[in-house]
Amino acid sequence: MKTFRMGGVHPADKKISQNAQIEKLPIPKTVYISMIQHLGAPAVPCVAVGDKVKVGQLIGTPTGFVSAPIHSSVSGTVKAIEMINDLSGRQVNTVVIDTEGDEWMEGIDRSETIEREIKLDAKQIVERVKECGVVGLGGATFPTSVKLSPPPTAKPTCVIINAAECEPYLTSDYRVMMEMPEQVIIGGTILMKALGVNKCYIGVEENKPKAIAKLKEFCGKYSGVEVVTLKKKYPQGGEKQLIDAVIGKRVPSMGLPVDTGAVVQNVGTAFAVYEAVQKNKPLFEGVMTVTGDCSNQQRNFVHRVGTPLSFIMEFCGGVPAQAAKIISGGPMMGKAIVNIDAPTLKGTSSILYLTEAQTKRKEESNCIRCGKCADACPMGLEPYLLNKLGRASMMDELEAHYVYDCIECGCCSFTCPAYIPLLDTIRQSKAAVMKIMKSRTAPAPAK
Amino acid sequence: MDKLIVSPSPHIHGKESTRRLMGDVIIALLPAVLVAIYLFGLSAIHLVGVSVISCVAVEYLIQKFLLKGKSTIGDLSAVVTGVLLALNLPVSSPWWLILIGAVVAIGIAKMTFGGLGQNFFNPALVARVVLLVSFPVLMTGTAFQAPVDGYIFGNAEISRAAMDATSGATPLSFVKEQIAQGMTVSEITKSSGLSYFQLLFSAIGGSAGELAELALLLGFIYLLIRKVIKPYISLTIIFTVFLFSGILYLVNPERFMDPLFHIFSGGLLLGAFFMATDYVTSPMNLKGQIIFAVGIGVITMLIREFGSYPEGVSFAILIMNATVPLLNKIKPARFAKEAQKK
Amino acid sequence: MNTIVFTIATLALLGLLLAIVLYIVAQKFKVEEDPKIDVVEALLPGANCGGCGKAGCRAFAEAAVKEGLGNLFCPVGGNTAMQNVAQALGQTIEAKEPQVAVLRCNGSCNNRVKTNIYDGYATCATITSLYHGDTDCRFGCLGRGDCEAVCKFGAIKVNPATGLPEVDQEKCTACGACVKACPKLLLELRNKGPKSRRIFVSCRNMDKGAVARKACKVACIGCGKCFKVCAFEAITIDKNLAYIDYTKCRMCRKCVAECPTGAIHELNFPPRPVAAAKPAEPKPVEQKVEVPVNK
Repeated sequence: MKTFRMGGVHPADKKISQNAQIEKLPIPKTVYISMIQHLGAPAVPCVAVGDKVKVGQLIGTPTGFVSAPIHSSVSGTVKAIEMINDLSGRQVNTVVIDTEGDEWMEGIDRSETIEREIKLDAKQIVERVKECGVVGLGGATFPTSVKLSPPPTAKPTCVIINAAECEPYLTSDYRVMMEMPEQVIIGGTILMKALGVNKCYIGVEENKPKAIAKLKEFCGKYSGVEVVTLKKKYPQGGEKQLIDAVIGKRVPSMGLPVDTGAVVQNVGTAFAVYEAVQKNKPLFEGVMTVTGDCSNQQRNFVHRVGTPLSFIMEFCGGVPAQAAKIISGGPMMGKAIVNIDAPTLKGTSSILYLTEAQTKRKEESNCIRCGKCADACPMGLEPYLLNKLGRASMMDELEAHYVYDCIECGCCSFTCPAYIPLLDTIRQSKAAVMKIMKSRTAPAPAK
Repeated sequence: MDKLIVSPSPHIHGKESTRRLMGDVIIALLPAVLVAIYLFGLSAIHLVGVSVISCVAVEYLIQKFLLKGKSTIGDLSAVVTGVLLALNLPVSSPWWLILIGAVVAIGIAKMTFGGLGQNFFNPALVARVVLLVSFPVLMTGTAFQAPVDGYIFGNAEISRAAMDATSGATPLSFVKEQIAQGMTVSEITKSSGLSYFQLLFSAIGGSAGELAELALLLGFIYLLIRKVIKPYISLTIIFTVFLFSGILYLVNPERFMDPLFHIFSGGLLLGAFFMATDYVTSPMNLKGQIIFAVGIGVITMLIREFGSYPEGVSFAILIMNATVPLLNKIKPARFAKEAQKK
Repeated sequence: MNTIVFTIATLALLGLLLAIVLYIVAQKFKVEEDPKIDVVEALLPGANCGGCGKAGCRAFAEAAVKEGLGNLFCPVGGNTAMQNVAQALGQTIEAKEPQVAVLRCNGSCNNRVKTNIYDGYATCATITSLYHGDTDCRFGCLGRGDCEAVCKFGAIKVNPATGLPEVDQEKCTACGACVKACPKLLLELRNKGPKSRRIFVSCRNMDKGAVARKACKVACIGCGKCFKVCAFEAITIDKNLAYIDYTKCRMCRKCVAECPTGAIHELNFPPRPVAAAKPAEPKPVEQKVEVPVNK
């Protein structure tokens, strides 16, 4: 069974919501559509207060190459365009829409039939993916069209669909594979066509045997598509780790994944690509999980982008009494929610309730130099050392120990027996070092 | 839900904690302790008890009155040091000797550097070596107490006589003494009735932890199963000793003891399983660990065969402890290859 | 006897040999430096704090000798040290007003309720990179003491009772390290003022009045009353936040009485006849509570 070459941890699986079928979440009275739903430059609203909008209508135009358009997820009237707090309490330019009915834009195919024939050529596919605002749904929300337009020096050789879903609790990708397996595979073939390659691997962790069987059932019909079973180990779904596991190549330091020839897309993204290209449907819906050991409801939903998280929580019977921390995303890399009134985004994959006993950090004690963090680091770094150097702000040393390689997977903090918040300090050092490195390369051409 | 907790990721933590790891080490040491108690009864209980209590007390007092910090005895590391110290002392040790050992181990070797995780040298070993050079007679001479007649070297009378003739009680010192007097190996084994069976099953004199090699092996396997330690350091030490003594044995079997004798006698297994694998004083990465372990093996054998002390494991580990900061400079294998220069 | 002679001879020979080696090496690798640099360095306080913008006192001295004093100013040594340096270099410089760091937040535990529990590495920088902070005020002090950690003079300490740092104006050298360290830009270097008297807005909240007030009892709500009452155009209001320009302020204290939330602080003034406020201590936080502005 394939896996990445070094490090990794084994957090408990906890896929307790995996058997809950995807339900349609009701449309809230008001949606709040953020203009920052992707990595890169924020979109700029192209509607005015009082405008009537339909479902799928463009409401935010991208600014710059690494950016993505934003579409309305409901039909109704634009009530306001203002700064709204996101889930971390940061202010984000947001289009507020009061819902009226559910009127979709013409041209969006709402039928259930599966469109198998790909009519667009490679260029048109990339263009369509861009227009529809498709972004990576695995967490980083990197605009997909950018990934499909690799630099001329890079030679893509294969597409890898990231279906590892190595984070505990999350089941949205699993449900997509179970309920829309063929669409995901078609999405994969579309990506192959867009990149001009003829190989597509779907990497699934061994703990999802049903999904593997489902995908294998369909992938025979599509040439070049192959399901790869991966060992259950976190962070199997990390882009660099996945490429290593599937094709055995390593992304160079500071390099692009495409340098190895592989272009990685998440399952959800493959499905969104399918919908965009075959159904002409922009990305304004997403699949998310509502789960947690302390919650009596384990559910998977299709949500309209911009639905307030509190609306979803209420719909699922409110926040469980024991929940002490609410996370958007997985417990290893997700973000803690401060503002429960914040709206969902394209990349929102879950609402996860954790109890105080599960999540409250224990008091930090002395490093016992056990080296477990270094063993767990999938990038082969020395977290204990980076932590010490970081606290002393020794930037040169941090750089010499490759702090910039860190993928922020959290294996080190997870495994540390002394409860040292390794990643907290390393993340900080990484940002500082990257800034120094950028400032160093920037003025060089001016010489 | 009153106030939400907010923190950077990751939001969950593995089961491991310092306390749990130390607890596992204590459990792993239990078989050896039990064997000592079985063989020596009350005096072994006295040794382990005094050692553990004084180690914990010394750490508590230093933390409270000198460092004025929060008590750190809860992490159980002082207990581990206490048990290891006990296993490194002869059962006949008087209480004050153990107490001095505890003060040296915890007070000087550990807390001076800032407590758990900060020390360069294995505390229990520092104590053992300090006691060994300060009280050589107590540490070796009267160490030997035969609990049951005949338990030593098969034939009680012979071994008694043999023991009386030497100052040291362990097989290593006994053999070394005999060889120095010009006897050949075959003569020694014949006269003393030494056998591997006794080496493995507790029938030999020495420090409390050097008695039952099988019990130590049991603890080692437990640590491996619980993933507390990795086997590389221990196995490399044993392999190096095997290789080193094997070559010597092949060169002259009448002058040098065979490899198995070296592996199963003295403190080698105790050192390889429990002392050299101490997290704090061993290197972090595999390459460093291998160099560290080979160094211990080589130095041990050099001291045993050519040095003036019959046993060299403690010295070997301490010497290699000193190289750890240097060995830690070896960077582990990195996942990402260096960026291509354009 | 022989032993002693031999020993002495060997050691003497060895010493001589090493001395020669040292001398050759010293000559070979000699670095020519302007001796003035040493002179200037000796005149500097030697704190190596970096408050002047250079890497340390040596770097400052080098820059001063090579490029002239220009805008260089040693905040720690202050005017005395600068005058000495200028004299040594044969230049003249103008005296600067002494300054001191001031915290522009009064969101103590009582004034600003915590609305969530932060449970991570406790530095202000880490919190800032994660989210807005553990109160509803996005602008306020996080109280984790990044400023305290960078202060080389022990002049700034977080008071556990209020959760806010306090500046000791006697120890503060206005080196500016804390100003750079604060991710919320709450610390400002302001003129020490006559008799150390200072008036400033102790708030950085740029939210609308209602939002700001809800998050913190003593927030500046941008009402503009102080702006209207100021006769010297020292007060500006930008993004719902008042700011007092210390170069224009004449210390009339009218704005302090006018402020409805008590966000404007006066320091080291004698007590007013009406209220029996205690004489000011160099502890802004404690005093803030005592200033009787709402009466």
